[in-house]
Amino acid sequence: MSCELLEIHDLAVSYGEVEAVRGVNLSVRTGQVVAVVGESGSGKSTTAHAAIGLLPRGGHVVGGRITFAGRDLAGLSEKGWRSVRGTDIALIPQDPTVSLDPVRRVGEQVAEVLLIHRLATRRTAPGQAVELLARAGIADPAARARQYPHELSGGLRQRVLIAIALAGSPRLIIADEPTSALDVTVQREILDHLGGLAAEGTAILLITHDLGVAADRASRIVVMSEGLVVEEGPTRELLASPKVPYTQRLLAAAPSLTRTPSRPRREPGPDVLLEVSGLVKAFGDRTAVDDVSFTLTRGRTLALVGESGSGKTTTARMVVGLETPTAGTVTFDGHEVSRLAGERLRLLRRRFQLVYQNPYASLNPRFTIADVVAEPLRAFGIGTRVERRARAAELLDQVALPATVLDRKPAELSGGQRQRAAIARALALNPDLVVCDEPVSALDVSVQAQILELLVRLQDELGLTYLFITHDLAVVREIADQVGVMHEGRLVESGPADEILTNPVEPYTQRLLAAIPGGDAREAVR
Amino acid sequence: MTRRVHGRCAVPDVRTSVRSPGVLLSVAVLLFVLLAALVPELFTSQDPISGVPAERLSGPSAAHLFGTDQTGRDLFARVVHGAALSLQATVLAVLVSLVAGAALGVLAGFLGGWVDSLVMRVVDVLQAIPAILLSLALVTALGFGTTNVAIAVGVSNLAAFARLMRAEVLRVKTGVFVEAARAAGVRWTGVLGRHVLPNATGPVLALATVTFGTAVLEVSALSFLGFGATPPAPEWGALVAGGRSFLATAWWLTTFPGVTVAAVVLAANRLAQAFERGGR
Amino acid sequence: MPPVVRRLGHAVVVLWAAFTLSFVILYLLPGDAVLTKLGAAEAGVTSSPAEIAALRAEYGLDDPVLLHYGKRLLAALHGDFGTSVNTGDGATHMVLTALPPTLAVTGLALVLAVLFGGTVAVLGTYTRVRVLSRLLLALPPLGTSLPTFWVGLVLIQVFSFQLGLVPAIGATGFSSLVLPAITLALPNGAIVGQVLAKSLRTQLEQPYIEIVAAKGASRARVHFGHALRNAALPALTLVGVVTGNLLAGSVITETVFSRDGVGRVTTSAVTAQDVPVVQAVIVLAALFFVAVNLLVDLLYPLLDPRLARPREVSRV
Repeated sequence: MSCELLEIHDLAVSYGEVEAVRGVNLSVRTGQVVAVVGESGSGKSTTAHAAIGLLPRGGHVVGGRITFAGRDLAGLSEKGWRSVRGTDIALIPQDPTVSLDPVRRVGEQVAEVLLIHRLATRRTAPGQAVELLARAGIADPAARARQYPHELSGGLRQRVLIAIALAGSPRLIIADEPTSALDVTVQREILDHLGGLAAEGTAILLITHDLGVAADRASRIVVMSEGLVVEEGPTRELLASPKVPYTQRLLAAAPSLTRTPSRPRREPGPDVLLEVSGLVKAFGDRTAVDDVSFTLTRGRTLALVGESGSGKTTTARMVVGLETPTAGTVTFDGHEVSRLAGERLRLLRRRFQLVYQNPYASLNPRFTIADVVAEPLRAFGIGTRVERRARAAELLDQVALPATVLDRKPAELSGGQRQRAAIARALALNPDLVVCDEPVSALDVSVQAQILELLVRLQDELGLTYLFITHDLAVVREIADQVGVMHEGRLVESGPADEILTNPVEPYTQRLLAAIPGGDAREAVR
Repeated sequence: MTRRVHGRCAVPDVRTSVRSPGVLLSVAVLLFVLLAALVPELFTSQDPISGVPAERLSGPSAAHLFGTDQTGRDLFARVVHGAALSLQATVLAVLVSLVAGAALGVLAGFLGGWVDSLVMRVVDVLQAIPAILLSLALVTALGFGTTNVAIAVGVSNLAAFARLMRAEVLRVKTGVFVEAARAAGVRWTGVLGRHVLPNATGPVLALATVTFGTAVLEVSALSFLGFGATPPAPEWGALVAGGRSFLATAWWLTTFPGVTVAAVVLAANRLAQAFERGGR
Repeated sequence: MPPVVRRLGHAVVVLWAAFTLSFVILYLLPGDAVLTKLGAAEAGVTSSPAEIAALRAEYGLDDPVLLHYGKRLLAALHGDFGTSVNTGDGATHMVLTALPPTLAVTGLALVLAVLFGGTVAVLGTYTRVRVLSRLLLALPPLGTSLPTFWVGLVLIQVFSFQLGLVPAIGATGFSSLVLPAITLALPNGAIVGQVLAKSLRTQLEQPYIEIVAAKGASRARVHFGHALRNAALPALTLVGVVTGNLLAGSVITETVFSRDGVGRVTTSAVTAQDVPVVQAVIVLAALFFVAVNLLVDLLYPLLDPRLARPREVSRV
């Protein structure tokens, strides 16, 4: 087994008394990309950090061996680790926006690696740093080197971090969710670049929650759950015939892989519920939303898709009257929302409700779930205290939460349960329209699938109309009848869901579709 | 003590920190001082006002735990009886800061606009003048005495409360769950009363516990300078000032009242810290 | 408007507001007690009602409030805060002549405070000896809990009476500066230490620190090259508050050490309810605070590029 570069054998890591990872075996060969896939809390990130000796405070390797090129790393001194980090093993972090020193120029930060390991002198380091930035795919690297991190976009910052990782010519790069904070088109470019490095002989240990990303990029996949490796094998085999139920479930739920429409698409009906016309929103001299128009008929689902900064959320906020348009109109069932204010707007709010992205932030932490769900009823003076509580229990039942959570605080619920409670609150007043702003993107993939299923079932039972805001085309495929693609404030393309997803006309939509990870895997699964 | 303020999740944390010896000792010190303020007779039977001239300036002994002063008064009795005045002034000072500061902060944070600008300019000025100078100016205007000193200290500290309360109201007000309430059709009174205030007061109450220690220091400093209670009424700062003339010969006269003040402040700060950790 | 002009404008507004606030407190708030005192002190104890009335007129106490305020503000702009009711000297003159000895102590105390606080915070967060770290980081909370007036007296007792190292009182030579400066530096150094230590700990938890470590950097490089530089920025904003505190603290230390200076002038002015002098001190303190903060504000962008350069995000 001399060709293995990194070999982890029976690794166990604990935080204080809590065991985070146990019995983990994995190995990476030179030039190979190995992906570790798992949901949050699976121990994938802990395993990766143990391999570079950078466990968060309180974390300790309590058992097993980590061998790198035949050398045992587990027993290394602090000084020994320093000679390994940067030159043998490098790290690319999860969130590029907080991973660079904010008060140092990026060129300096790349050059620092060279100076630490004496790979350059003070005189030669700046020039080499510029070359490294160029190798990491940064245009005009000399100018970029003189900039500070806050002056660069997230994608550029991740490229700077790649340059830092490359500086010491490491034999292994650990990439810990390197693209999860980036937009999908940028994600693709960064992953392509990492793939190129592997082709040149650098081994890559890729940590990801996205099975699609792993399927596209890795030759081997290691699936982790609750601190254990549950399955491991060559990518094709593992995707074609997953052995353990957990992998099967992960595969079924993976957003980018296998989602299919959850109900037959609906044609537009005669009853127009929402009409948006010429909508513009400017913040200062920046135009966030630029001339957006669409109509939505009762009982259908319209998905607005776009990357961050595309204006999709601002559009949704204007629809529900939380933001005032600079120009244009929002008409809800004959009432012009954009003209209403004060009590008249408040009364109309009974008929359209909002579900937020982050169920951790959208519920008052001091309320019980009963208070949360019954709050809209209270606001409109509906029923007595007892009646409202009964209605809250009924609503919880509708979203498949047990009545026992009525008296719990939001902090005692899981993310998925909280989002169910938030949906129950939105349904309390029997609204016609529910606006969902990225309702599943803060949740683990297996929970995402359940929440989407719930939303579809509720639409059928209650005749709801959805305006659905998302960045995830896989989610669109599953639930939308009609799609609007937004880019830089404008609605660049819209139409029936299947048409947009299979035959996009606009180049931007085409790029967006091509960037969805998991293309190879979809082939494999079929 | 109002431990339940922080809600259910905080209790285990506070409990673990309560087990630490530092916190236990702090609670003991503050309980002792509180009892001394309410029923001083519990700890000493000696007269704090009139002394026995024959026993003047005698060092600490079994009969006089902290020694005696230049007129033969028992210093321990004076420190114990001084607790009432010193604590009253401190509590009043903290209440003034808390109530007035929080009210200004809520007004500024929730209303915004010109009210916010006006309040914040006043707060800017209050913070531009060092607390002790500001309270000295107020004492000049209001006159001397424990109550006036307390009000002066209270006003000089209220800016921090106003600023924090405003910041908390703004933080909570822009929070997603507050917007969710608005989007669900809750009126502004409900938003303020049921969502913003309950979630904004925690840090402000924590500041009040921290300010308690500061207020003890400031009240005793003004009383040391001679602007507090009129002699012979005992007050901690004034006791230290009274011992200054005997610094070379009777060390106990300045040392014990000084240690008392330091112990109370340390205990208050230690508890405040424990609360802060428990509240997070 | 360039930022320098805007900040200068803000400084002037705060200064004006400090004058106004002190006017409200000192001239409007009091009942007749101080006003009578003002008249009585000037005229001697046996002033007749007629004499008091004349004095009230002279001090502008009979003018309508706004007119009185206008006159005072105009005079203050020319550096005139009125005449001390106690000594008959100009209030401004009294405060300014008392300033040099106070500034000497304050300056030394500022240096000591930054040194104490900085050392404790940096060492306390750097050392890996748990006991030493806990000990060092326990010092700042202790420092903020001790009453300054008492610390001064203890220092006199130990260093002057027991050890005979420095004179107990008076203002002759450098050695007489030491004890008052240490007394002042202790609580303020503690504040610096507390803020810097907290800030350092926050920075050391930031993800960018992990990347520096992943480069193979030593602990010293991580700590001094990256964390300290980022942590010093929030601590810098404290300098204004600390300078104000040091100046105001002279009220206590000058009483304890029987030194002459602004502090002593203030205490006797308050004791005599000498309104013009108290107002001059207040405005002076505000002037110091505003000037130091202006300096910090102008310095800040030089140290933090995020403020110096406008955000101009370019896309990939």
